[in-house]
Amino acid sequence: MATEGWNDGEMERENRSNVPSVQRSNIIGKALRKVDAVAKVTGTTRFADDLAFPRMLYCKLLRSTEPHARIVSIDTAAAASLEGVHAVLTGRDLPIPFGILPVSQDEHTLCVDKVRFIGDPVAAVAATSEEVATAALDLIKVVYEPLKSIASAEEAVAHPEPRIHDYGDGGNLHKLIDLEFGDADAGIAAGDVVREDLFFFEGSTHLPMEQHAAVAIWSPDGKLTLWTSTQTPHYVHRAVAKVLELAPARIRVIATPNGGGFGGKSDPFNHEIAVAKLAMLTGRPVKITLTREEVFYCHRGRHPTLMWVRTGVKRDGSITGMHFRSLLDGGAYGSYGVASTYYTGALQTVTYHVPRYHFQGARAFTNKAPCGPKRGHGTPQPRFAVEVHLDKIAEQLAIDPAELRLKTLVPPNSLTANYLRVGSMGLGTCIAKVVEGSDWKRKFRKLPEGHGVGLACSSYISGAGLPIYWNNMPHSGVQLKCDRGGGVTVFCGSTEIGQGSDSILAYIVAEVLGVDPFDIAVVTADTDLTPVDLGSYSSRVTLMSGNAALQAAERARQILALHAGRKLEVPVERLTFAGGRVFDSKDRKRGASFAEAVQWAEAAEGTVGTVGSYTPPQSAGKYRGAGVGPSPAYSYSACVAEVDVDPETGIVRVPTIWIAHDVGRSINSASVIGQVEGSIYMGLGEALMEEMAYRGDLKVVHKIPSLLEYKSPTTLEMCDVITYLVEDPDPNGPFGAKEVGQGPLLPVMPAVANAVYDAVGVRIDEVPITPEKVFKALKRKQKGESPRYGPEQFPDIPWPEPIRVPTPWEGGDGKAVTAAPVPLERPH
Amino acid sequence: MSNESKVKIALVVNGELTEVAFAPHKTLLEVLREDLSLTGTKHGCELGECGTCTVLLDGTPVLSCLALGLACAGRSVRTVEAMAQGGKLHPLQETFADLGAAQCGYCTPAFLLAAEALLASNPKPTRAEIKDALAGNLCRCTGYIKIYEAVELAAARMRGEIAEPSRESLYGN
Repeated sequence: MATEGWNDGEMERENRSNVPSVQRSNIIGKALRKVDAVAKVTGTTRFADDLAFPRMLYCKLLRSTEPHARIVSIDTAAAASLEGVHAVLTGRDLPIPFGILPVSQDEHTLCVDKVRFIGDPVAAVAATSEEVATAALDLIKVVYEPLKSIASAEEAVAHPEPRIHDYGDGGNLHKLIDLEFGDADAGIAAGDVVREDLFFFEGSTHLPMEQHAAVAIWSPDGKLTLWTSTQTPHYVHRAVAKVLELAPARIRVIATPNGGGFGGKSDPFNHEIAVAKLAMLTGRPVKITLTREEVFYCHRGRHPTLMWVRTGVKRDGSITGMHFRSLLDGGAYGSYGVASTYYTGALQTVTYHVPRYHFQGARAFTNKAPCGPKRGHGTPQPRFAVEVHLDKIAEQLAIDPAELRLKTLVPPNSLTANYLRVGSMGLGTCIAKVVEGSDWKRKFRKLPEGHGVGLACSSYISGAGLPIYWNNMPHSGVQLKCDRGGGVTVFCGSTEIGQGSDSILAYIVAEVLGVDPFDIAVVTADTDLTPVDLGSYSSRVTLMSGNAALQAAERARQILALHAGRKLEVPVERLTFAGGRVFDSKDRKRGASFAEAVQWAEAAEGTVGTVGSYTPPQSAGKYRGAGVGPSPAYSYSACVAEVDVDPETGIVRVPTIWIAHDVGRSINSASVIGQVEGSIYMGLGEALMEEMAYRGDLKVVHKIPSLLEYKSPTTLEMCDVITYLVEDPDPNGPFGAKEVGQGPLLPVMPAVANAVYDAVGVRIDEVPITPEKVFKALKRKQKGESPRYGPEQFPDIPWPEPIRVPTPWEGGDGKAVTAAPVPLERPH
Repeated sequence: MSNESKVKIALVVNGELTEVAFAPHKTLLEVLREDLSLTGTKHGCELGECGTCTVLLDGTPVLSCLALGLACAGRSVRTVEAMAQGGKLHPLQETFADLGAAQCGYCTPAFLLAAEALLASNPKPTRAEIKDALAGNLCRCTGYIKIYEAVELAAARMRGEIAEPSRESLYGN
């Protein structure tokens, strides 16, 4: 992108570079207030449940009490005749299915024939108050014919019948993936050491403090407006249009600021469509606010994942080949699950050089709340497995685990075995920072019994290379308007979920136009007003909406510079935009206010408005499945955790975590640190306590769907965090920026597990690392048995014939080759 | 239920004597949000588990989802709406905004009020005392660290000290 002439310095960059020649930036990198900070601290931010309208009705959903059953009948007559009830809906009123991925349109607003988990909605009521609506639910009679329920992925593999869904890759297997890049078995066999391990990662949920809420209004002119706490208003827009058979042009979806998302508000949800339909039927505003219990049923959290990994390694630590298998418990619906499954195999190759790689992944349907994308989406589980596996390999080779990793780093600007294009790569610096900061070399294997340190690393995408539904349009768009009073308004479909996306737009535009970010109005996440941005997921927003904003702002600057140059009689390339002024960089007194520059341009050309958009670079992989994994840029993190383990109780405490994160470049360093600390916090919860556990004879009843019983870290459990920001600007990021919202979570769980081993010599090969598991492993150690707690076997799965893709260093071009015939059931 | 007759009480809300009529089963949370339109007070569970609905009742933090509205007759309630005065932020609001102690901002009103109550009784709390005072409030965004730092910075300023955020907290180590 052209960025010449608006500042003093110059940096040598390639033409496509978005790292402008900013030596001296006024805004980028500074720890500024967020543009919405004052609204947040004064309680004036309007979340979805803060909205109220005259004559508003309240919606409640009746949810299934059966884990798996046919619906024989639903009698809503008594509910419908209750005073104050204005409408009752069942599945037959909304027969069109929906779902976030085109390949799994398997949800209905209200179940039609069958319920698939306890909590699946079967009826909806709109009434004059929540109390009346709740009383009406009690009057709805549903007759169920129970079916055998499936409680785990292993059970789903063992029981193809009864099928939870009538689509997928056979029985209760939703998706089977088999991708091989080079001959992995031969590669592994070439190692001096070949190691196999099994791991299990328990499911966990997002637990945003805000319960999901939505309000719909239907106007007699045929227009529907839906306010909802969603991370993906564009996808909600599409789902509502599909199910209600309305023209998208007549639907306006407004994402209210999310009171936390973490991936849990990324799917279109039943309740959003239900209130829209009820508003159409009643002609009155209809609102729903889910109870905390219902938020647990919406879920879409971390998939419980069983993993098997075998790696060959040379004595010097270099990896010769890796074979990785994952089995995901998907719960009752597809959600993002196909993508989640691919993600359990995609990013193993972007941290350490894996010359040959075989990935087999399976996702099962079970009769539990649907799993989906939680912070890190499908990658924390394999990252946990790989980083603990490497810790064991390092011990076997008698190499320091930090050294082992440093020896095998993926080089910057390279292509991996599975055709992921790595750009900037600051992992080596990250490792060096935490090793030094934590005093690793004096502590590792040297602390007294009960105290230990562990190290782990990770990487994450800065947005996905492909959109969720196939299209060749941009992933993010921005419109920008310059007002003759000097204000600037930025319009973008991006969604503020607390991560600071509104502020990113303001900072980038302010930097380019040289104005105060607080003179910029930001209008976001409104399908009537803002160009499409795909949503707040995949850590895509800073990079993609940031690039779109950068392009729009540069175009505006070009227009303003043209006319300011004429008026001021200064060559355009000498003009600087800074401090609310436009001036000659060689004679700072020769200039005008930004407002005057807008007025000159407006007088000459009319309204000053520009657009910008962003489309990620094309992926290098051309094989089926190559769509998951590619990203414009990968962030990198390294982490050292220090733990204290009480051998009497097995209780693990984490006093301190050191984390270094390669963010490319901070747009706002305080916000970046906030994302790092928040990621460490959420990772600590997953490492030690968080679990979406089920109980009862059938193991399909949620353990206790409450904030008290779902254990998450309070101030008393949270550790100290020492953060190092590593800035290795990536040419694809705006000003070089990469993601930070998800990546720093990933190394926490394996770092804690590795530290527990350093402290007491037991391997806990599953998370959460609860006192019970540590205690059991310590008892085994005392008895001279294997000092380990973790899964013992990986079930036989009917893997399909692998898609074989020659690696780049075997002359591959990213396409699959026709495979030699192999038996459907490959030996395990 | 819908025909349940309302009761009227008088209480002091953010320094103003206020009369309000509501169905007698309503919690203070519901009265504030639904009958007084004070939506700055949020909720995360309505079961007394998360602290998100914290308000000050006669200066003491309470969970407004567990307090009956009726039980607040004649008492004094303080919500986040009262913290900024004369168009100027409270020192805690200033530091929460500057340090990024509010990310999604949903739990923020509760943390601000809990912190304000702490500083009223303990103007120079240690980090451990801050953690203890805020242990009943859950935040899923921040990892609490920026919240501690914001409370410490505001406390110093409220004691009249000239204090700025540390470089590490804004720019890393």
